[in-house]
Order: sequence, then C-alpha cells, then structure tokens
Amino acid sequence: MNWKKHDYDDIPGTYVFDGKTANAAYGLNKLLFSFNHEENRQAFAADPGAYADKFGITAAQKAALLDSDYLQLLRLGANIYFLAKLAVPRGFTMQDTGAAFQGITTEEFQAKLDAKAEDLRAKLDAAGGFWNG
Amino acid sequence: MASIVGGVTTSHIPAVGNAMTNKLEQTPYWKRFFDGYEPVKQWLHDVDPDIAIVVYNDHGLNFFLDKVPTIALGCADRYANADEGWGLQTLASFDGDAQFSWHLAESLIGQEFDITTCQEMLVDHGFIVPMALMWGHLPEWPVKGIPLAINTVQHPIPSAKRLLALGHALRAAIESYPEDLKVVIFGTGGMSHQLQGERAGQIDVDFDLQCMEAICHDPGWLAGLSTTEIMKRAGTEGVEVIMWLAMRGALNADVNVVHKHYHVPVSNTGAGVLVLENAS
Repeated sequence: MNWKKHDYDDIPGTYVFDGKTANAAYGLNKLLFSFNHEENRQAFAADPGAYADKFGITAAQKAALLDSDYLQLLRLGANIYFLAKLAVPRGFTMQDTGAAFQGITTEEFQAKLDAKAEDLRAKLDAAGGFWNG
Repeated sequence: MASIVGGVTTSHIPAVGNAMTNKLEQTPYWKRFFDGYEPVKQWLHDVDPDIAIVVYNDHGLNFFLDKVPTIALGCADRYANADEGWGLQTLASFDGDAQFSWHLAESLIGQEFDITTCQEMLVDHGFIVPMALMWGHLPEWPVKGIPLAINTVQHPIPSAKRLLALGHALRAAIESYPEDLKVVIFGTGGMSHQLQGERAGQIDVDFDLQCMEAICHDPGWLAGLSTTEIMKRAGTEGVEVIMWLAMRGALNADVNVVHKHYHVPVSNTGAGVLVLENAS
C-alpha cells in the first residue's frame, strides 16, 4: 500500500499536515505538545537529548530538534502549531521562524510582510464600504 | 425562543492577545487594527447578547493528535483557558450554558451533523482572542460562551461547503430553543496567512477582500472552493476562513453589513472584521 497522493502535495514550499505526516511524526508532535507545560519546557531545556529519547522519535527528528532546525523539523512532520510551542517560549516569534524557513533575516521577512500593505487604502476604496477611522 | 442577533467575523491571531496584555493598542503598529474593533464593541453593547457561540479551531491545547474531532461542541457550564506554550497570558474562565449546549447537540445530531460533545474543554487563543477583543475592556465577561471547535489543523478537514451547511443547521438549532436568549455567533480565524515552510508569509489581500465580499453577499462562492484552492490563495493556515461560513450560514440569505474592516499585516496575517445582521 502507498500513501494516497493529494492535489495539495505540489503547492511550493508547503507541508500540508495530513494523515501521512501525522502518522510519521506522532512521537515528535507528542513531544512538542508536552511543551504546553512549563515543567516540561524546563526538563527539555535541562537535558534536551534525554527528554527527546522519552518520545520514541527518529534519529533524524532528534538531530533536527537538538539543532533547532525548524525547516527540517517541518519536513520531518512537525505540525506548525506544535512547533510553535518549541519556538515561542525560547524567544522565537512567528516572524523569526518564517525567516528561518526561508533562510533570510527576520528584518527581511518583516519587510516582505509589510509590503503586503502597499496600495491597501486604494484596494479598500475600490472594494467599497470599509471602515477607515 | 432563542434568537440570533447577528454574526461577527474576526481573526484570532495570538499576537493580538499579547498586544492587549502589553497594552499596545494605541501604538503605531496596532492602532488601526484595534480601532477597527470599536464599532464592533459598540454594536455588541447595543444588541446586548446573552451568549456567544464561538466557531474556532483548537491549535493543540485541548486536542492532541491522538483524537481529532472534526466538529466538537462544548457542553459544559465552565470553560478554562490554560498555558498553550505560546507565551500568552492565561485569561479568566468562561461560563457556558450546558442546557443550551445539549439542546444544540441534540438538534445538530438530529440534523445529521455528527458532532463530538465535550464536557471538559480547555479553550485556546482561537476562542480567547476574539472574546478579549470584544469584551476584554470590561471587568468581567458579560456573556456566556459556547465553543464550537472545527478541525482545521490535521487534514482531512471539513469542506467550506460543509461549514456553510453547519451554519444552516446551527440556526435551526438555536431558533428551536424555547428559552428567550439573544445569541451572537463569531466566525473566527484567518484571513490569509501561512506560518510554515518556505512559503511562510503568504498573504493575498485581493483574495481576502474577495472572501469578505462573499461572506457578506455571496457565501456560495466561498463555499464552492475546495480546501486546496483556498490554501493555494490564502495559505495553509488561512484555510481557517472556512469557519466564517459556519457563522454566515446561520444568518438570512440577505444581510446588512453593519461594519467592515480589514488590516494587513497583523503578525503574519491579513485581519478582517465583519458585523452582519439579518436584513428584515
């Protein structure tokens, strides 16, 4: 049996979290989910390798985790919402992780976000009926 | 008899919660976003609802991947917020209304929406941020809250079309409750954003504005899009906008647009707000 192919598989730069991923990365996401609790975040910080070994993750997942390689963790099945539980408490914003995924600086990533506001007023005026203060 | 006073759509971006905690509402980055909620607060004050049904998705606080209900309804008298690992301040618990929830559950399942009922349910930023945006300025929550959690985290997720139909069923469920209750429905999440992958930062303002127009006047257009079509335009996390359809489906075919606001970027996201009332 093979995993079914989907029409979202070829969206560039995108890792849609589906059954195939959830199955391959169940332990990894369970580890990330454990970071809802401060005592677990502290236990991981104290000894990341030993903590990781409790969740039955693969060697590749463990290596990516210990390297804080967010893109590799994503490729190995981390769900972005669970990955945030690793990143945010360690001072990484979603702009930092976005920049890490693209291999650019956070300032460069933020500039790309800010560029989305270009012509906003004109677009809202064209669409009509928008509140604007 | 219970009645629907109207519907609100809003993003539920975690950074908004932190901005409120840190009182940044009037700083240059946030001012236009937050000012756009003042008319919503005024409208809520005027219509004075008793209960808010909040359609949202859990991001890994209440539900882990061991069990992922496609549609889950809170059926408790109390809902707590908790640490979700995102550095957000934990907010006060919410009162629910178990009798009303169980009526909704019976009605929805009777209409063949086979939902999951939850007697314990932690509510995360998807529920909390909208509530705080609407009423966080008041000393206590002036409404009861009912969480209606949709899986948008692990595919397969329900279709846009299905959530519009859920809204239709939700209306029948609400309006068949014998007690006089004023109900507001929040459709939360979105708009376009992608947090993950090399395509992180995807925002499509034109698509967002098209979605807002469709929610107002042509929900069938958005309901006709496939999950993949929406993700290609709005980003993988932007697919949350389908939850707006669950609110929209509970209103009349014709609505009055009381308020319409859009701001970008808010964190990594296009942020839209609508207040809709049934046209008489």
